[in-house]
Formats: sequence, structure tokens, C-alpha cells
Amino acid sequence: MYVAVKGGERAILNTHKLIAEERRGSKDVPELTITQVKEQMAYAVDRVMTEGSLYDRDLAALAIKQARGDLVEAIFLLRAFRTTLPRLANTEPIDTARMTIRRRISSIYKDIPGGQVLGPTYDYTHRLLDFQLMAEGASDGIEAELAEQPVDPDMPQVMAILNREGIIEDETPASNEAGSPPEEPYDLTRESPSFPAGRDQRLQNLARGDEGFVLALGYSTQRGYGGTHPFAGEVRFGKVDVEIIPEELGFPIVIGEVALTECQMVTQFKGAKGVAPKFTRGYGLAFGHSERKAMAMALVDRALRTEELGEEAQYPAQSDEFVLYHSDNVEASGFVQHLKLPHYVDFQTEIQMVRGLREKFFAGQDKTAAE
Amino acid sequence: MNEKRKNNRADEPFAAVSTYSVDGTYNFGYLDEQTKRMIRRCILKAIAVPGYQVPFGSREMPLPFGWGTGGIQLSASILGPKDIFKVIDQGADDTTNAVSIRRFFARVSGVDTTEETEKASVIQTRHRIPEVPLTESQILVYQVPQPEPMRPLEPREMETRKMHAYEEYGLMHVRLYDDIAKFGEIAVAYAYPVLVNGRHLTSPSPIPKYDNPKMHEMAAIQVFSAGREKRIYAIPPYTRVKSLDFDDYPFAVAQPDDCCGLCGADDSFLVEVILDNDNNRMYVCSDTAYCNERQDKGHIGPMHANAAE
Repeated sequence: MYVAVKGGERAILNTHKLIAEERRGSKDVPELTITQVKEQMAYAVDRVMTEGSLYDRDLAALAIKQARGDLVEAIFLLRAFRTTLPRLANTEPIDTARMTIRRRISSIYKDIPGGQVLGPTYDYTHRLLDFQLMAEGASDGIEAELAEQPVDPDMPQVMAILNREGIIEDETPASNEAGSPPEEPYDLTRESPSFPAGRDQRLQNLARGDEGFVLALGYSTQRGYGGTHPFAGEVRFGKVDVEIIPEELGFPIVIGEVALTECQMVTQFKGAKGVAPKFTRGYGLAFGHSERKAMAMALVDRALRTEELGEEAQYPAQSDEFVLYHSDNVEASGFVQHLKLPHYVDFQTEIQMVRGLREKFFAGQDKTAAE
Repeated sequence: MNEKRKNNRADEPFAAVSTYSVDGTYNFGYLDEQTKRMIRRCILKAIAVPGYQVPFGSREMPLPFGWGTGGIQLSASILGPKDIFKVIDQGADDTTNAVSIRRFFARVSGVDTTEETEKASVIQTRHRIPEVPLTESQILVYQVPQPEPMRPLEPREMETRKMHAYEEYGLMHVRLYDDIAKFGEIAVAYAYPVLVNGRHLTSPSPIPKYDNPKMHEMAAIQVFSAGREKRIYAIPPYTRVKSLDFDDYPFAVAQPDDCCGLCGADDSFLVEVILDNDNNRMYVCSDTAYCNERQDKGHIGPMHANAAE
């Protein structure tokens, strides 16, 4: 006699309760607040906003709390919420040249107008565990000293300096004829990707792409799988105004500001038939303070421009289909983990087929032995 | 329109329903009306060109990609308040993800759900076609992981799109021939490629090839959707669906020489259940609704509780 197992629905409801209980952890420990996550896990919040494609620190913090610190799960939560939001308006393009600078460095000049501004960075910390942080309140008294003078409000982009010499390519997308109005940028959240993918599609995809994946791909181009000899022309982090032009007014008004990290990579280009040697650009942009992501994105952006610049594409980071189809961690995580779903019907057909093939195989062996 | 369909489905199934979900949090069917309209347009295009993969602006759903988001978006776009919805995974209504998807729609659209195949107006499925023949008043929604049948042979979408455009399917025929040369048979057990309406090479989704013949001239509308891959395709009612084969190696289906341990059926797709550590096993119907109905009618298999010892 055999009794089929039932009760999937009850088991599912119970597992929801169990994960909620485990998320809360020991009741002896005060519950984590959204404000705490927002204030003290700011880099996690930045990553979730960037890959979640939604600039909302509170909701990103909520997603991180709900996901028990699993950032890919938090990104998924934020994305699923984002799709339900109505579109109220399109903003004007942001102007990062007018960024309120918190940090800005260039590796291609010793000094630049506006200066090198280190700002907050782990770059020169020695990575030693700080055991003082084990005790609560130990860092309450720390305050950085204010500079004697505020940061220079005029902080030109290093690319503009190169541009004045005409030694770097223009920023205007190649597809746009000079003087014609810019095309509406592709929106991967509304349309499926289309190949060959334009730079707008690629940049949007890279901005939303998994930091680990983009990092590894960018790294692969440095190690020889598509060498592009990059220089960090400029990395800047700070706040930028967001403007819209309401139809009733006809002129831009500021509706808020967003914190951004921007990276402009400069890459050598030897020139092609009829094109003079010059420097080319790779561009990276991320919400919040996300330098690793912005820099890796800039490397991959440049790698993906291989064919457009008349070079031969032969490595993974240079293939738009490879990069765009595999960079999204919400898609990748879902498909990898869907293997947990029941597959017993297909497996049944495979078992039967493999049994049949084995019978044939051994029958063939016996026949050979008999001969 | 068929009389029966009129009665079974909502009077105006494609009219915008601007009500809210049962708990008032989300729009009816979760998706906003613009998105549902976009998806319905893609369905119409897909039906107009049977087997052709229509790109669509797939949305992020609150369930993971790879877990039925394509099928969920289709169902969300075609379900009206009067529809009766059935969800199966592996042919079973009680598998975890089928339960989860059914609960999702009960929450966001409040439609009636059923386990009985005949009562459902919309059936969302993963990996199976129900045993009971479907009717003109029904829509079968397939969840599809990979809509491109040639993807394992050619990873680049730009290339496979060209092959479809030129109806250049030699790659697939060579792949099948290769199996015959190596194994003496076509070693494809599921997701067995089909030619729809004599034109488009199409993936039947990972259903066992046992189910392929059911797709041919099916009375119900068959719609397929891959959320992660952002493609919708369809097979209109009474359309030719041919499983690829060769004249001297015709398409064939093998079934275990056994019957369902619970209902005794020998005309349904069987899956094996391991009973003990000695690898003793029995077969049961993968279509639980079919099996339950047979048991209710008094059919008893050798492992049934009421079976004579």
C-alpha cells in the first residue's frame, strides 16, 4: 500500500513563519531598525539601490533587513516593488560636472583644477580588524577635522580637459548625428534586450548588473582576455541635482538630489583606417558610493565597444550577448535556484532513456565479446 | 465565438478590469493595465504567427525568474474575474510551486481555482499537458525556461533569429541525426523540438515527448511564455504540430510497461516513486487530477489502500 504525501500548502505557510522567526534571531537582542541599516550599512544600501534600480534608501534598508542581509535577495525585493510603480515623469539628464563633490580623484595628472579630493575612503586604511568596534560606543567621539577652505566649487571633469586638446573622442553617441535631437534611451525594464545592443542598452544593463559579475569581467580584460590598457581618468562621488520640466512650467525645476559615483576610464586607441590615434572612453555610474562597481562597469563598457571601434571581438567581456544575458543577478539567481523545483517528470524520461541506452551498450559489448 | 467559450469565460475577457486585488494592495492580477495590454498585444501577434517567438517587455515579478514568471505574466494578463484557474507542476496540483502560484493569484486576482482539468478555463502548467483532452473553451499557459530550441546548439540570439527568418533548421536536423549515428535513436526525452504550422521550429517547453502528440491540432489555445528570456509564443487551436523525425526513424514514445499503482491507469504518463532503501519502486500518474478522478470512479491500482492483496 502506498499513501501519497499531501499538505504542500500547509508546509509552505509554515516555512514562511519559520523564516520570519529566524530572521528576528534571539529575542534577547534588540531588533535592527531601518535607520540603523541606512546609517551604518550604507554601502550595502548603495549596492541594493544600484542593482535594484531604485533610489530609495529607506526601502533598500527595509529590503536588506527583510532579506537578513542577503543583498542579492534584497535587490530582488526592491526590483519586484519597482515594477509596480507608475512613471510620473522623465528627468532631465543629470549633469555630473555640477556634482557637489565629496571625493574626486584622477590618476592621470599629478594635479588638476579643483585638486585631488580624497574624501571618505577605505583605500589607504590597513585592513586590520578594529577590535575597538567590538565594543559599542567606542567610535562615537570620532570626528574628521574640517579643512580650512571648502572644496573648490569649480571642479571640471578631467575628461573635459582632455577634450579641449581634442585628444579624446567626443562623448556624443556615435549613432546621433550632430544637431539632431537625442534619441529616447533604450529601457530594458520595459523592453526585451535587442542585439546588437546599443551603448544605452549596455550601460543600463551594466549599471543594474551584479557587482561580482561585472567586477570579474572587468578584471578579465585587465588580465589579457581583451586588453584595453585603461587609466582611471577620474572617479568622483557626490550629490547631483535631479530636475524635471513640468509641462505646465516649461522650464526645469529641482525635485531632489541623488548621491552618485562616476568613473571615466581613459583607454588608448591606436586609430584605424582614416581615424587618427586618440584616447577612448569607458563609463561607469552607480548610485551612492560604489567605486568598485563604477570602475568595473567602465572597463566592461569600453570592452563592449570593441567592434564599434573597429577592433575584433573575441573575449567574453567584448560580447554584448554574453554580458547582457548573464549580468543580471535577479535573473541568474532565479534560474540557478529553479533547479530546486521538482523536475521528476523530465528526470523520469531521462532515466528511461539512459536505461535503454545502457541496455543497447551492454548488448553491443556482449556481441563484440562473443565474436 | 464558440457558445461554450462565451459561457465559460468572462463576457469580455480582454476588457480592462480596474479593480484591485483582494487585499487592495495591488492592481487586479498584480500587473498594471498598461503592462497587461502590452502582453495581450504580444499574445495576439504570437497567435497570428504560430510558433514565432515574440519579444516582450517582461517584468520583474514577486516570484523568481525561472519559477514561472513568464506563465504568471500571461495568466495575469488573460485572467478575468469569472475565470476558473488551475495550476500544475509536473502534472500535479499539489507540488510546491504550483501551490505557490495558485496562492499568488488567489491573492492578487481572487479568481476561483480548481484542481479539475475539465472545470478550468485557464490552466498554467510546467512540464506536462493534462491527460484529459482540452477543449475550445480552455487556454493552456506553458511556463518556458528556454524558448529557443536551438539555444543548446547556438548560444547567440542574433544567429538563431536569422535561422528562423530563413527557415534554416539544418542545425537541428544534424543534431538529431548525430544521435542516430551514435546511439541508434534520437536521444531526446523531453523538450523534443516541434515544427509548428509547417514553418517555425519551436520548443514545446520541457514536457516529456510523451506529451508532444497532444499539441497537434489541440482544440485549446496554447500560449507559452519565458519571463527571464522575455519571449511569448503561441499555437492557435487546430494547428499542425510535428515532432521532428526522419522517414526511417519516425518519432516514437516509450512508456514503462506498467500501470499506475493507485488508479491502475496504463494510458497516462507515469513517474516512479522509490518505496524503500532496497530501491523497490512503483509507478504513479504524474497527472494527479486524472488519477484522483479515476480513483473516485472506483478504478483501483495494485498499490491502492483498497487493493486486494
